[in-house]
Amino acid sequence: MTRSPGRRLLAATVGVIYFFLMLPLLVVFPISLSSAPYLQFPPPGLSWQWYERYLDDPQWIDATWRSITVGCGTAALALLLGVPLAFSLVRGRFRGRALVDRLALAPMIVPTIILSVSVYGIFAKLKLIGTWYGLVLAHTVLALPFVVLVLSAGLRDFDRALEQAAEGLGASRWRTLARVTLPLLRPSLVSAGLLAFISSFDELVVALFLAGTNMTLPKKMFDNILMEIDPTIAAVSVIQILLVSIVLVLIGRFGRGLRDSAR
Amino acid sequence: MERLDAEEGVSDSASSELLIEGVTKRFGEVVALDGVSLKVARGELLTILGPSGSGKTTLLKVVAGFETPDAGSVRAGDSDITALPPARRDIGMVFQNYALFPHLTVHGNVAFPLEMRNVPRAEIERRVAEALATVELDGYGQRLPRQLSGGQQQRVALARAIVFNPRLLLLDEPFGALDRKLRETMQLEVRRLQRKLGLTTIFITHDQEEALVLSDRIAVMNRGTIQQVATTTEIYERPANDFVADFVGESNLFHGSVSAPGEVTVDGGRRIAVPPGTAVGQRVGLLMRPERFASDGANRFAGAVVESVYLGTAFKLRLACDDGMELLVRQPARGPLPVPGARLEVAIDPDAIHVFQ
Amino acid sequence: MFSSSRPWPALPAFLLLLVFFLFPVARMLAFSLEGGTLDWYAKALGEGLYLRVMWNTFEIALLVTACCLLLGYPVGFLMATTTPFWATLGFIFVLLPLWTSVLVRTYAWMVLLGRNGVINRTLMESGLTSDPIPMLHNFSGVLIGMVHVLLPYMVLPVYGAVRRVDPSVVAAAAGLGASTGRIFWRVYLPLTLNGIFAGSVLVFVLSLGFFITPALLGGGRVMMIAVLIEQQVREALNWPFAAALSAVLLAATLVVYAVAQRLGGQEARS
Repeated sequence: MTRSPGRRLLAATVGVIYFFLMLPLLVVFPISLSSAPYLQFPPPGLSWQWYERYLDDPQWIDATWRSITVGCGTAALALLLGVPLAFSLVRGRFRGRALVDRLALAPMIVPTIILSVSVYGIFAKLKLIGTWYGLVLAHTVLALPFVVLVLSAGLRDFDRALEQAAEGLGASRWRTLARVTLPLLRPSLVSAGLLAFISSFDELVVALFLAGTNMTLPKKMFDNILMEIDPTIAAVSVIQILLVSIVLVLIGRFGRGLRDSAR
Repeated sequence: MERLDAEEGVSDSASSELLIEGVTKRFGEVVALDGVSLKVARGELLTILGPSGSGKTTLLKVVAGFETPDAGSVRAGDSDITALPPARRDIGMVFQNYALFPHLTVHGNVAFPLEMRNVPRAEIERRVAEALATVELDGYGQRLPRQLSGGQQQRVALARAIVFNPRLLLLDEPFGALDRKLRETMQLEVRRLQRKLGLTTIFITHDQEEALVLSDRIAVMNRGTIQQVATTTEIYERPANDFVADFVGESNLFHGSVSAPGEVTVDGGRRIAVPPGTAVGQRVGLLMRPERFASDGANRFAGAVVESVYLGTAFKLRLACDDGMELLVRQPARGPLPVPGARLEVAIDPDAIHVFQ
Repeated sequence: MFSSSRPWPALPAFLLLLVFFLFPVARMLAFSLEGGTLDWYAKALGEGLYLRVMWNTFEIALLVTACCLLLGYPVGFLMATTTPFWATLGFIFVLLPLWTSVLVRTYAWMVLLGRNGVINRTLMESGLTSDPIPMLHNFSGVLIGMVHVLLPYMVLPVYGAVRRVDPSVVAAAAGLGASTGRIFWRVYLPLTLNGIFAGSVLVFVLSLGFFITPALLGGGRVMMIAVLIEQQVREALNWPFAAALSAVLLAATLVVYAVAQRLGGQEARS
């Protein structure tokens, strides 16, 4: 496009908005490296102290491991349940399919606060508060819609002639699934799994209610923020940002483009 | 794989004959196949020829096992395979879009059916190498399908379809996506391969030229029924009805009744000398192929050229005869192309005319 | 494969959703009818205090949506009409914040907006202001924070919609003498209406249920429904009231979606 003045103005405006979008992410980096003992900007000097604080504190490390465990558990369970669900929704022809379709996406529509409070009510009765597997169950509910959306898109683009060819060549239904269908769906599976992991790793509201004293990382951060703006949180934030960047790169490399789901 | 037989004919292959009896298939209101019966001899290449919607693909799916017929049966050799799932039918298939597994190499693709049959690894290697050699793709084993041209991909599909000694080979318009020259090359290759292996083969196409080049016999289909099954010569020179006559090759088709032994009066009045043999008074159809007209013969037609096309090797002319008939004439390209309006005289002998009921 | 009329593969997931989603939510909402009366709803919708909270929530959601539209459309438009390099860069700028934890972003805003925060320090030390601007623990802070979190949800649908505009239509308009401004108003805007619509609905509904940002950036002074619900459960232990509030929130959410479906049904699906 020609560099018309209107276009330049647009680019400049958008540039400012990009800055606005990235500002918070950029700000935490210098804060996390500050040598001052409290929050100060600009930081007087550079130091690793806040990262050391994070690594030395067993509570922070515990919380991190918890989040990783719960995240992996959620990704695994969401894939285990969501992949067959997606197959049924895209290819099945049973009565009530439309209803199940709505149900699968419902957790995205219902405000998380309502879900959190509701599940909290049940979990209290079932004594699941504070357990990591209880949290996995709740997070899986939230992650299922992602898995279904990504897998459905992948399945719809799938060339079924390949499955027919496999069958004609002597492959049973299960072998076709294992040797042809799933390998070809790998980009979608990777994306879905990583999205499920990240959605659980970052999740706060449900964790706020369900984690009890066994905290996940977001919950610990939340509590800390409420009490004081400790620069340790900046260090944790940086770690989280880097983790997300790595995951996004992984999705870009091995997964199915997120751009496709933006359509 | 089989020993290489230099001559034509059935070698000691695992191929069997195919017997389709009374197969009917409906999709809701639409009758895709209406009591179709067909026999394919062992080692024969039969082409099923027909326009889109004629049911030929549905018939193929029934034979392959992707559709179950509402009535009728399919037998391969001694076994009734009508209800058998596709994976157990031992049939090699080549589709129009090749359906090569994009995530496997050429070697992986060709080895796939052998792996499904739990053939030992060493044997797999040997047979894959043989199959690739047969389709002249030695050394391509490690390539991925997307790195190959259309023709190469089709050959991999062929190799994959024959490597496991199927009892039958099915090809569904496999060359539709290739350009003309490549298509001709592939047609000859399939022919050669099929003969060498003695494989019973069914070839589906809507391209009648392709059918004529490849087949031992042709089955012409329309609207779910078989119109005629015969050798290529029979189909071309002695079509059984209007549809076959019109679908295969160019034609001049007329209808009339036998007015005397060896003579037919065409609707419109003109009398034409034909080979004897049909009862007087019978309603018949007449077929005159455009390339059978000569300068001299028992039936003469004269008129003005309405349209003329130069085809390189021939002239294609549309002639409006003085007696009202319109003829399509093909002449070898000698001399100048007759222009519209020019007078032309052609003739045809009775034995070059085909009469049918 | 799986195209049969048997729904078995869907069963495990269905059971999970039934037990850990449908049942808990239904049970929770049922609390609001404690005593067999609608008293709690009367309180939620009748008492001035709580009505103000509802209204507040609604207002903020509307404002956030408007801001996101104003800021998000240019971004989506530019990303969709520029070179692949700049588009990829744009995606990074939009997706990275999107997938960064809301908590991290909210914390960062607290750092930025506080009385002694980054922005105020910068402004005062460069002499532009003499007093710190109160941007934290008030309405503006919450607004800024929410717009920041929800902006990508507006950008992506707009991007998609602008991408789908047929470039030959634009070229035709230009060929017929339309200026750039005209082309935008008369061609792009009408054709991307469904993207605008989709993005707005999404942002609005998400704003209604927002919790983290108002809780942290509002400092207790900006009350939105979600924060109120949390308080009622955790501090006041007033489950029936929390249930009634949840029911109202859910109803509002579903109504907005239903209306959006109805209106958006005439256009092509985004």
